[in-house]
Amino acid sequence: MADEVKLYAVAGSPFVCRAKIALNIKGIKYENLEQDLRNKSAELIKYNPVHKKVPVLVHNGNAISESLVIVEYIDDVWKGVPILPQDPYEKAVARFWAKFIDDKCIPAIFKAFPQGNEQTDAEALEQLQILENELKVKGTKFFGGDNINLVDIAAGFIAYWLGVIQEAAGKELVTKEKFPKLTVWADDFVNFEVVKEVLPPRENLLGFFKKRFGKA
Amino acid sequence: MVEELVFVNFWSSPFGCRVKIALEEKGIPYDYKEEDLFNKTSFLSEINPVYNKVPVLVHNGKSICESLNIIEYIDEAWSDRSPSFLPSDPYQRSQARFWADFIDKELYEASKKIYRCKGEEQESGKKELLRILKLVEGELGNKPFFGGDNLGFVDISLIPFYSRFYTWETFGKFSIEEECPNLMAWAKRCSQKESVAKSLVDPIKIYDFIFYLNKYLTK
Repeated sequence: MADEVKLYAVAGSPFVCRAKIALNIKGIKYENLEQDLRNKSAELIKYNPVHKKVPVLVHNGNAISESLVIVEYIDDVWKGVPILPQDPYEKAVARFWAKFIDDKCIPAIFKAFPQGNEQTDAEALEQLQILENELKVKGTKFFGGDNINLVDIAAGFIAYWLGVIQEAAGKELVTKEKFPKLTVWADDFVNFEVVKEVLPPRENLLGFFKKRFGKA
Repeated sequence: MVEELVFVNFWSSPFGCRVKIALEEKGIPYDYKEEDLFNKTSFLSEINPVYNKVPVLVHNGKSICESLNIIEYIDEAWSDRSPSFLPSDPYQRSQARFWADFIDKELYEASKKIYRCKGEEQESGKKELLRILKLVEGELGNKPFFGGDNLGFVDISLIPFYSRFYTWETFGKFSIEEECPNLMAWAKRCSQKESVAKSLVDPIKIYDFIFYLNKYLTK
């Protein structure tokens, strides 16, 4: 039986992009259903009644929501290139860092831009420094080693969206000097084949954030 | 190789309680170390440098942090011991993760508003809490447990908060039994399990502690 895979998406969403990267890693064909979040479709509400958000993956009629849950699902269903390590401890470490990015890094970044203050800036820098140190300690190209894993995918926001946000806000908080490891990692990540193929165009994101920050 | 397993916790933590239930369910022997959250040791900051929080599980010198993460780790590292907390079917597994994540993100925060705030904020906390509990109750449906016939990932994630029902009801002046009768029945069913009965903290102790903590925090 042919698999039916649909992704309820919004092109510019970093969370949707996580699902797209995961699907691309496994080479899965899917139907991309672009959503208008200001006018949510009945289908989106049906498939994600709790949060009514994207991304939602619908696989043979079964709906899965929350980007990290979706990525783990994709790894569970489709074999091939692994997204999570096999070893239970390494898996726990990967899940820990992915959650850290969601719970601490991303919210801190949103608080610090477009304006923020001394406190929000310090908080964002502190969380990112923890990630920078982790990369330094690992000493590998990606959090996943030679290949990207769950953590790299979760951190995609930092690799791609953060730069756009900084430019749109006209505020450079995260610099190459302060975060040498993350800077190199970010460049490697956005140029990694399966990622490059699904990243939304930068100009579109820039336009979106400039408008959102009232700087268009 | 001799297994070395240390479970680091604070007695009132619902997150730590999850881990205790998981260890008891699988019958895994462990050493227990109580951390005083008002006087944290340097040991805690060594094993959990990012958050400096409990619970932490230290297995043969390697530390695993964040309670849901720890439960999945226990399930995988001791996959030879039953029961399994997560279903084998990937879709069912994703649903279990979704609901545990939902409980994690929303329940504790909403509940804090009930006993830390007054007036409008407390009311909104109460409304939010009931919304969450009703959604979760809907997910349970007619099943005896979220995990089906046995305790699963979602059951373990949620049941520790049963110890806090009394606190929420007393501060918020409402009855969970009235609002969510099926969920209450589920909670009572869970507490008949030995692993849960052994691990749940006495609700009065929790109430007294939270009452004391409120005073301490507002000094």
